[in-house]
Amino acid sequence: MPIAVTVIMDSKILVDAQNIGVNLSNRWIFRHVNVTVEQGQVVCIIGGNGAGKTTCVRTLLGLLAQTEGTVNRADTLKVGFVPQKLEITPIMPLTTRRLVALAGKFEELEIDNALSAVGLEELGNPSVSTLSGGEFQRLMLARAILRKPDLLVLDEPAQGVDVSGIEVLNRLVLDVRDETRCGVLMISHDIEMVFDIFDDVLVMIPHEYDQLRHSNVA
Amino acid sequence: MLDDFFVRALIAGIGLAIVTGPVGCFIVWRRLAYFGETIAHSSLLGVAVAILSDVNLALGVFFTATVVVFIVFLLERHEGLPTDTILGLLAHGGLALGLVLLSFFPGVRIDLHALLFGDILAVSRLDLLVIWLGGALVLGLLCWLWTPLLLTTISNDLSTVESRRPLMSKLLFGILVAAVIAAAVKIVGVLLIVALLIIPAATARKFANIPETMAIGAALVGVFSVAGGLFASLQFDTPSGPSIVVAALVCFVLTRIPFGFLKGSGQTKQP
Repeated sequence: MPIAVTVIMDSKILVDAQNIGVNLSNRWIFRHVNVTVEQGQVVCIIGGNGAGKTTCVRTLLGLLAQTEGTVNRADTLKVGFVPQKLEITPIMPLTTRRLVALAGKFEELEIDNALSAVGLEELGNPSVSTLSGGEFQRLMLARAILRKPDLLVLDEPAQGVDVSGIEVLNRLVLDVRDETRCGVLMISHDIEMVFDIFDDVLVMIPHEYDQLRHSNVA
Repeated sequence: MLDDFFVRALIAGIGLAIVTGPVGCFIVWRRLAYFGETIAHSSLLGVAVAILSDVNLALGVFFTATVVVFIVFLLERHEGLPTDTILGLLAHGGLALGLVLLSFFPGVRIDLHALLFGDILAVSRLDLLVIWLGGALVLGLLCWLWTPLLLTTISNDLSTVESRRPLMSKLLFGILVAAVIAAAVKIVGVLLIVALLIIPAATARKFANIPETMAIGAALVGVFSVAGGLFASLQFDTPSGPSIVVAALVCFVLTRIPFGFLKGSGQTKQP
């Protein structure tokens, strides 16, 4: 039945940014960026340090207002966000399961399943301060998955993770995508890390819109 | 029973400690110690306002403290000044303004010593009612705010992305702190109230593995400090507010002594 096929192929646009730019304290962090993430799509943003990747993602998520251009997000878009780095103050006692459970009201079994999905089922319930960088990233991913997001956003998830860990992480992201049909937006500073998995890629170049560079060009 | 000033002091202090424990946990987690100091210092302006407009002391302090909370939030968002500068400005500005304001009314006499260090033994039945009813209200609101506030403390971005409305949680928590300080001024005074927020929380950290157990532990340590401090003040005829704080400090120090090390047995055993 061709009609059914059309329905399946018709992907929903989750977030769409047209010609956006962010200017902070009279400096363009980035400009002229177009990104669209559709349901079931893996979109990667790559670029060197200072290219504005994190700022761009923060703009797409609505954490920061863009200076120019338009950002449209799907109505009632549920986002699972894995931030670049979280520093949890040592004076706050926090176990891994308590952190995951802060994602909302979930059954213990659902938490177990999310932890198994990222390979942390054997972890038990230690303090988060004892986790390695890779373990913490996977824990945050489990937390994001638990929310059954429409859009999964990962900011440099591979940071502090070794090469085999990166493959596992990429595999995981693809599994989640295949299983839930969510869209994925992922930042990396290295194209090799995401080369196998993306459907679309946005390359951001550091200092592209800095004054000095412009005066050199002129 | 409530006729006895000591019993009233004990009940008031315990009621306060049950609230300062959990609220104090968020003060230390969110690094708001100086924020607490600011609210406390500027409450002297509240005292002046209360006396000059002839309203209840706690109400006057709560009103000005809430105004100060809003000013902190506004300045933080728009002025580009560092937070500790804003807080220092308001803390000492409020304190000085309160004292200057009072000096315009030579007929008005206030017991500055009682304001700075508390006068728990002068707690009235009405004060008891204010502390326990207000305390229940504050705890109820804190329970309602608990998860969003916890997530905001861990990451403001996560909290925003997950629609937890971090700004509202932070603002409401600021007002809760204002309420706690307004209720506490009479008991431990402007200069010592922050101690009752911070020391029990810091003590309880050692025995907690999740935020909730730390909050309960902090309330218990607070109750213990109030009881210990008040009995000690009766026994040794020391000022009650400072005695409570010293008792809390003793609790903290006792939990930090490495007793295993004192026994001298060492960690390694010879085969």
